[in-house]
Amino acid sequence: MSPKISIQQVGKVFGEGSHRVEALKDVSLDIADNEFVTFVGASGCGKSTLLRIIGGLEYHTAGEVLANGQPVMGPGADRAMVFQHYSLYPWLRVMENIKFSRRLRHGRENLTSAEVEAASGRADALLSLMGLNAATHAWPNELSGGMQQRVAIARALMGRPEILLMDEPFGALDAQTREVMHDLILHVHRLEKPTLAFVTHDVEEAIYLADRVVLMAPRPGRIDTIYQVPLPAEREQDMKHTPEFLRLKKEILARIRETSGMETDQNMLDQLNMQEAI
Amino acid sequence: MPSRPGARPRRPGMWAIRGPLSSRQYWLFAALGLLAPLGLWWVVSSGATVDKVFLPGPVDVFNRLIKWYAEDDLLSDMGISIYRVTTGFLVSAVIALPLGLLIGTFRPVQAVLEPLTDFIRYMPAVAFIPLVMLWVGIEESSKIAIIFIGTFFQMVLMMAEDVRRVPLAQIEAAQTMGATRGESVKLVIFQSAKPALLDTLRVTMGWAWTYLVVAELVAANSGLGYSILKAQRFLQTDKIFVGILLIGLIGLVMDQLFRLAHRKAFPWLHLRS
Ligand SMILES: Nc1ncnc2c1ncn2[C@@H]1O[C@H](COP(=O)(O)OP(=O)(O)OP(=O)(O)O)[C@@H](O)[C@H]1O
Ligand SMILES: [Mg+2]
Repeated sequence: MSPKISIQQVGKVFGEGSHRVEALKDVSLDIADNEFVTFVGASGCGKSTLLRIIGGLEYHTAGEVLANGQPVMGPGADRAMVFQHYSLYPWLRVMENIKFSRRLRHGRENLTSAEVEAASGRADALLSLMGLNAATHAWPNELSGGMQQRVAIARALMGRPEILLMDEPFGALDAQTREVMHDLILHVHRLEKPTLAFVTHDVEEAIYLADRVVLMAPRPGRIDTIYQVPLPAEREQDMKHTPEFLRLKKEILARIRETSGMETDQNMLDQLNMQEAI
Repeated sequence: MPSRPGARPRRPGMWAIRGPLSSRQYWLFAALGLLAPLGLWWVVSSGATVDKVFLPGPVDVFNRLIKWYAEDDLLSDMGISIYRVTTGFLVSAVIALPLGLLIGTFRPVQAVLEPLTDFIRYMPAVAFIPLVMLWVGIEESSKIAIIFIGTFFQMVLMMAEDVRRVPLAQIEAAQTMGATRGESVKLVIFQSAKPALLDTLRVTMGWAWTYLVVAELVAANSGLGYSILKAQRFLQTDKIFVGILLIGLIGLVMDQLFRLAHRKAFPWLHLRS
């Protein structure tokens, strides 16, 4: 079967001359239909850039990206994105936020009334799925961070995107809320069957959620290693304490440290210390 | 220092940094802030040595207000001034709003218009008065033109800034839900910027009043600003006071109306009050 997302020798250069940054170089990766792939790596290694290129929010300067076999030419409703924050519409209540895509032309075109009915039902179903029933009529800024992200996920799912892109969606949440969100997103993944590309700083999160963990390295941004997660498809919180899980976590963390250019950082620290001594 | 068992933190007092203030306390302090200067004014002006032409007291000013109302058609002076301010302000707003939206959204429009607007903004509006009189004449439209020149360019720049402050994530979220460019502008950028735009209108309304007085001082034969100028010629200091205080009062009322509209139109921004 052809991959859902196909990234072929993709490169991305920001700026010119002395401002030139090679954010991605020769990145190739195929993501299968309904696969859950997480991206980890040192800060600045191009994770967000890659995700935004798949989403069509950033253009690549080399190579090719295919989604559903079609070259990505810009953002589209088949590739919904969930951001770390500030993406909800504070002027719309929770329910209207979730139904936002219904206001857009492409969401209204050629619809039978039965489909419109179904869409209303879907909004309600998503609301329940996300445990947001009590918040239906709340304003987004009345909600906790975790609730806001649930709304953002429900909103992204509303248009039945085949691909869901998430850039550190739980980065601003506390550890307990995060765990709840992990099981929720896994549930969504089973139920809605989207293909999921998920960027995170949290290696445990990356392993727990994914079929594959893609480790990227900086300067220039590239794929370093791809890890197959040796856990059963059905995940449970307890698996985080199994030897396989811990071994993989340790391995990935070590590799991130190796690829992040920590040595240089250590040199800089030494220099700082020396300067202080003087 | 270890605290005693059973000790509980108290509700922070009003002098805590950004501490709370009940609405009763708020109005108490507001009344104090308004009445104290009034009292001071009254005390100073009733001193035997102060000439009424130099500093009339509150009572003189109040009497003049009644007289102006009864004999000199105060209401029509107020009416014409309010009409000029509102018209000049509305004309500004109606043109500035779409321009601000375009400048804040599309970089080429920004490149064409923003430096130009910035340049004109620094030209003193008052210095345009001779030109306005030359081009527009001394009709009503000339006062409106001066108010327009005084407010429009600032307004455009501030509105463009309001539009630029819309979080990119809000726009990009819409794009990944399939929004077209027009839909992103109409359903996200404009909606998101609305509260800030209304605040900009409120602030620029104050400037419109400033330029009204300027316009009426040089090129009118009616209105509050004109009355202030005329009163100066006849050394009616109390009338100058009435005019200034009235303009302040009307400005305050309009400001409060804008704030009320803000609370009504954007309830999600006023949940805690
Ligand atoms: N709009 C931009 N203009 C110029 N350079 C950019 C831009 N966006 C990203 N970069 C650069 O590209 C590189 C990759 O950035 P990116 O945001 O993709 O990293 P990241 O892996 O998501 O990092 P983090 O983990 O900190 O979010 C960085 O060096 C960054 O400075
Ligand atoms: Mg990032």
